Amino acid sequence: MDIVFALIKIVIAVAVLLFMVTYLVYFERKISAWIQDRIGPNRVGWGGLLQSPADVLKLFFKEDIVPRAANKFVHSLAPVISLTIAFITYTVIPIGNDIQLFGYNIKLVVADVDAGILFILAFTSIGVYGITLSGWGSNNKYSLLGGLRSSAQMISYELSMGISVVGVLMLAGSLKISDIINYQSGWMWNAILQPIGFITFVVAAFAETNRLPFDLPEAEPELVGGYHTEYSSLKFAMFFLAEYANMIVASALISALYLGGWNLPFVHDLGLNPTLTILFQITTYFIKILCVLFFFIWVRWSIPRFRYDQLMSLGWKVMLPLSLINLIWVAFLIYVFKI
Amino acid sequence: MQLYDIIFYLFALITLASALIVVSSKNIVYSAFSLLFTFFGVAGIYVLLNADFIAVVQLIVYVGGILILIIFGVMLTSKITDVQIKSESIQILPATIAVGIFAGILTASLLKTDWRVAFPASHDQTIFTIGRQLITGYVLPFELAGIVLLIALIGSVMIARKERS
Repeated sequence: MDIVFALIKIVIAVAVLLFMVTYLVYFERKISAWIQDRIGPNRVGWGGLLQSPADVLKLFFKEDIVPRAANKFVHSLAPVISLTIAFITYTVIPIGNDIQLFGYNIKLVVADVDAGILFILAFTSIGVYGITLSGWGSNNKYSLLGGLRSSAQMISYELSMGISVVGVLMLAGSLKISDIINYQSGWMWNAILQPIGFITFVVAAFAETNRLPFDLPEAEPELVGGYHTEYSSLKFAMFFLAEYANMIVASALISALYLGGWNLPFVHDLGLNPTLTILFQITTYFIKILCVLFFFIWVRWSIPRFRYDQLMSLGWKVMLPLSLINLIWVAFLIYVFKI
Repeated sequence: MQLYDIIFYLFALITLASALIVVSSKNIVYSAFSLLFTFFGVAGIYVLLNADFIAVVQLIVYVGGILILIIFGVMLTSKITDVQIKSESIQILPATIAVGIFAGILTASLLKTDWRVAFPASHDQTIFTIGRQLITGYVLPFELAGIVLLIALIGSVMIARKERS
């Protein structure tokens, strides 16, 4: 029975994710158009709503080109790794408290792993391989440079990301994401308790997802298309999907670790019955994720790209000390206020 | 055969097959990349043994850190220098003898050991227990490991930094 539930949850999670990714692309284009005073996609469907499905279909029918000098196996393996890793991390992110349905106690998460946060950090570190392999396998200078840049960038920022997370773990006393969220009930959000950690985590999340201002792996003016220069058709679509899926993971993590997840003050004063409360909490969580996603897009269309040496010195000389300061601050909080 | 067994043999197959490629491939880049699958397979087996923390740390340290550095080195040197880097077999006779002896020892210990076969009990609180143990019973080895790592860190910085004249 457990396996059946797990399979159903996986299907639902993948379906929701694919839907969110498709429309995230649409919203990115709409919001960027709004920021730049353009109209954006408005031809396919009402207000351009069918633009993203149309684009996916278009990518389906495109010719799949593999360069003659490329390593065929590695070239096809790389996008699969990227996409799989992006989706695997969802398994440990819960979307709400346990729910009672048809007499079963159902956890709203595919796998509530004890080492939840570590699991996510481990798999995002595997995600680097998708990009590195694609850069090497394409046998193209620009791809290789893009791949190398991305690996160096992700390693540098993973460190400050990990140390910022330690602050959260110290307060919650658990690595399980559901425990961390439940710890931040009411206004005890980690973003308020440890603002420095919040900022370093968000910046590191931008770097990990290769979004502007840290999108050096695919910096168009200098590297053509970066690691996915030699990709077309569905393989390109996989990289594209993986990038947006990673954005959603990052937003879900930011809201879960720092913005209280599904917690909103005074929810329990509303006097709703348990099922309604949980539905309300799920909605809250999704709205928080959407707000963070909007922030991601907003930043992309407002801030210019870093230079590579600036990126590295920011990562090692600013972000790392700041996340260490945050650690000391959290230790101080625990020692003085006994929270 | 239960689902558990099938998953175990799957991970064992991944580990063995990729390890075979690591040692037998002529192209050193292939060796480095298939090491990724070896580490991954080993992590899978750790999970099956209920050692989820070890599995995740295996991924973070070996896959996320050490292997990336190896691949960096391999990719940069094999593409940029003109020298063809290959892994070849040398001194086959002594190697065969050494491997043969080692394989014999392994097989002997495999057959002689009185294996206790028990399905591992599920532990929910693995990390809590490990953390407790690290700062109570094993605090000295833990701190020593930390100091060794710090020395290595300072050493690498000393080697890498530029001398200002």
